Amino acid sequence: MSGPRRKGLYRADESRNNREGLKGWLDPTGYGWERVSYWLQRLTGLFLLVYFVGHVYETSSLTGGIGSWNAMLKFTETTWGHLFLILVIGTSTYHSINGIRLIFTETGIGVGKPGRPEYPYDALSLNYRQKSGIWIALILAVVAMAYGYNVLFSGG
Amino acid sequence: MLGTKEQGAKSKYGPGNHNVTMRIYRSSKEGNKGNFDSFDIPIQRWTTVLDALLYVKAYKDSSIGIRYSCRMASCGSCGMKINGKPRLACYTNVSELESSEISCEPMSNFPVLRDLVTDFSQFLSHHRKMKPYLINPEVDLCDNPELSEFLQNPTDADKFLQFSYCIKCGLCYSACPTVATDTKFPGPQALAQAYRYSADTRDAGSRYGLTAIDSRHGLWRCHFSGSCSKVCPKGVDPALGIQLLKGNIMSFAKRRKKIAELKQHTGKSAD
Repeated sequence: MSGPRRKGLYRADESRNNREGLKGWLDPTGYGWERVSYWLQRLTGLFLLVYFVGHVYETSSLTGGIGSWNAMLKFTETTWGHLFLILVIGTSTYHSINGIRLIFTETGIGVGKPGRPEYPYDALSLNYRQKSGIWIALILAVVAMAYGYNVLFSGG
Repeated sequence: MLGTKEQGAKSKYGPGNHNVTMRIYRSSKEGNKGNFDSFDIPIQRWTTVLDALLYVKAYKDSSIGIRYSCRMASCGSCGMKINGKPRLACYTNVSELESSEISCEPMSNFPVLRDLVTDFSQFLSHHRKMKPYLINPEVDLCDNPELSEFLQNPTDADKFLQFSYCIKCGLCYSACPTVATDTKFPGPQALAQAYRYSADTRDAGSRYGLTAIDSRHGLWRCHFSGSCSKVCPKGVDPALGIQLLKGNIMSFAKRRKKIAELKQHTGKSAD
């Protein structure tokens, strides 16, 4: 299309792309438990990645002498250190359990078999086996965090 | 019973009617972010969002851009974001939204042509890359004067039937968080169609090696958020197709299928 643009006529390549971008996956609401699980799996994954890099860096500080190592140990004995460790326990538990569910799901196990859709067209793949897996991961994460809290703050 | 929050409210439009406020997205001519126009309109118990939009177009502002055709969830033309979620306007009753304010926006992840009308070029391009047709060297309809048909039993048909109900409305593409961040990702619709033809016993072509499927921007970018299946108005369940396709590619599921037998009709038995 060349020449002057007709009034009121729009071309797709000229219009805004309308991609949701990061906002698309940062908002877990409105699409059910599977979307919440997807969101949590990503957030916990990113958190654990940052923790893992920090952990390797911190462990490598041993080569600089026992002083820096002891300083880090001292941080983990503070209230903020305890809360951070509880967060590590919760995120790693959720990420692992939900990850196991996803390994099965993404190999086609537990999502059901195709059939003839009937009104109201509830999706077969969003079944209670999947939802149960998500809830179990959440409950175990909370239990692990409660246990961690008990050990760290009460000396349990 | 309308199911709206204003159930008990008296309407200025007369008995039996209630009114809702339609907030309709209007694109700007410069291609920048548009704005919403509000219209107060009467609704009945059976009013769909498409009916409401057409009322606005007929009596309030005729310049609103809407795409629609069948009004019965068969053509997939009237997909849009209604109250923040991708839905078909003709398949969504105003009363089921349980709100006195209905917002209508163009679907996310599609370029906006005008107002509520979006461009499907990229979406259909992804669909085409999946070779959405039967590939079988045994059959060449162009050079075969005889009538021929595949013998396929209902069990084999059920393996792909639900995926063939796709009306290409784009709701799944709009809801997918991976499509939102990766323009090369084919999206749930295209990948579900790849599975649909892979599972069809009449099809002898392998799609597993297609770059659009088995690559870092392909099938493996799906992490099962299930949003595509949640919004699908036809029960296609694209997330199911994608997970089964992954299982097939990784050979966790039975990958080899028995190709349907081809029956030739000579035409002599007729009459």
